[in-house]
Amino acid sequence: MTELATALQNWEPVIGLEVHVQLATRSKAFAPSAILFGAPPNSLTDPVVLALPGTLPTFNKAALEMALRLGVATVSKIRAKSRFARKHYFYPDSPKGYQISQYDEPLCEEGVLDILLPEGGRKRVKLTRIHLEEDAGKSSHAGAFSLVDLNRAGAPLVEVVTAPELGSAEEAAEFMRALHRMVRYLGISEADMEKGQMRCDANVSLRRRGEDRLGTRAELKNINSFRFVQKAVEHEIARQARILDGGGTIVQETRLWDADRGASFSMRSKEEANDYRYLPDPDLPPLHVDGPLMMNVMRTMPELPMAKLDRFVRDYDLREPEARQLIEAPALADYFDAAIKAHGSDRAARTLAAWITTELGGALNRDGKSIEDSPVTPAHIAALVKLIDDGTISGKMAKTVFDEVYTTGTSPDAIVARDGLRQISDPVEIERIALEVMAASPKQVTAYRAGKDTLFGFFVGAVMKATGGKASPQVTSDVLRRLLS
Amino acid sequence: MSGLTRAEVEELAVLARLELTEDELARMQVDLAAILVHMEALAEVDTSAVAPMTHAVPMDLRLRKDEPQPSLPVEVALRAAPDARDGHFRVPNIIKTQEGA
Repeated sequence: MTELATALQNWEPVIGLEVHVQLATRSKAFAPSAILFGAPPNSLTDPVVLALPGTLPTFNKAALEMALRLGVATVSKIRAKSRFARKHYFYPDSPKGYQISQYDEPLCEEGVLDILLPEGGRKRVKLTRIHLEEDAGKSSHAGAFSLVDLNRAGAPLVEVVTAPELGSAEEAAEFMRALHRMVRYLGISEADMEKGQMRCDANVSLRRRGEDRLGTRAELKNINSFRFVQKAVEHEIARQARILDGGGTIVQETRLWDADRGASFSMRSKEEANDYRYLPDPDLPPLHVDGPLMMNVMRTMPELPMAKLDRFVRDYDLREPEARQLIEAPALADYFDAAIKAHGSDRAARTLAAWITTELGGALNRDGKSIEDSPVTPAHIAALVKLIDDGTISGKMAKTVFDEVYTTGTSPDAIVARDGLRQISDPVEIERIALEVMAASPKQVTAYRAGKDTLFGFFVGAVMKATGGKASPQVTSDVLRRLLS
Repeated sequence: MSGLTRAEVEELAVLARLELTEDELARMQVDLAAILVHMEALAEVDTSAVAPMTHAVPMDLRLRKDEPQPSLPVEVALRAAPDARDGHFRVPNIIKTQEGA
């Protein structure tokens, strides 16, 4: 049994997440500089970002609208009046000496987010709050010095805080996936974890199974991929269980997750005092969310991931695992909807879904392409499935046609017409060919009739070869069985 | 009136990033305590039915359109920095990690 499995026999993990998501605005939250990933260091600053004397923050309307979309999608209570607060700390990546955040009057409270459980089913996770804040700059540490780049400083973030009710490392990772999916559906963030657009801190504590009281927690910082969420939390569960089983106590502390070493390290800042001295930001009057603004947000809400999943299972009779695959990215779900529309029959949904997730998904995956770059359009997939449905081509021929569509972007109908790819399903025609095959292979015929059943495939293969793969597999099989018996 | 301990004044100095001499610490302890006396006088007023006022003028936050404006050239942004290197602000190392159990 692994160390983790042993730990989980005695101890129940209690996990809460704080996830920062960078909102996809063009300019910063309180400053007019642009936001561009990969721009030269410190090329996206202005007097507000640098906190030069005499500057004042002005809030970006798009950031508010995006945060409200998330608030509506998570059924949060949204404050008509919320407030920005200053969170004070001295750190070189924050020139003002404070971060503009929200404290006791956050924009959203008491929301929920449903996560998909790996073993099937869903879990509704309570969200304590969602608030708006600005990002800090980036510092890289090199020997005795740190280098500071303020390009990211002032980028708008939402911080999503869950209640401590995730029960495993898998659930923590699934929460991240659910939030990632949600913000992408809402179009409020690309949430590219490699670019730091979605980052997570995890609060982990253990309690003895059967107990209600929460244990002392440690906060893990710097988690920036779905895989690392799971690994970091698993590692922390094992670490705490080891200490507790050894009769020790957990120290409430912040630990930095080091993905390269697969371990966490206690983080001690030279600044020991952890006193943020929050106060309402005198530069920013209360943030008022009025009716017209809310109406605009509500009117433009898209179909959300779980609603889509339900619809795919209910209306198209998809199996849950396949439906889950299709809703993972909004563009993929849209692709599937478009393919059904192009085909015209809901009954083809399962076949279309299979082609999209298996053939197309496999090819895109192989080439590192996303569905947006697919050379095969939804109409192509629909046409291909229709050609199989009406018996024009076999499933096997369809794979060849698919490859051709994928490589050239030519439509399936055009390929079929051009290459004369028409399935031979006339039994008379196939019988003629089958008889020729049998006449050419008398030994195999005798052996088969003597009971060597495995030779059946040989005859099917020979008919296929003689017809250039165009014989209908079903008709061929029927005809051969009759002739050989 | 409670006053302020010497340790509290020292902690405040750390939070405010102020380096105070012995004399200044002693003077601050007296001055800050005197300010607290005034605050305590205010605390005697019953404000339980009054909403906190954080701004002198009742107004809502004005929202800005999401339109980027030109940023400062890098050399201008870095001009006032005491130290810079390769387009970055350079500061003494700030983080120290320590291997945990």
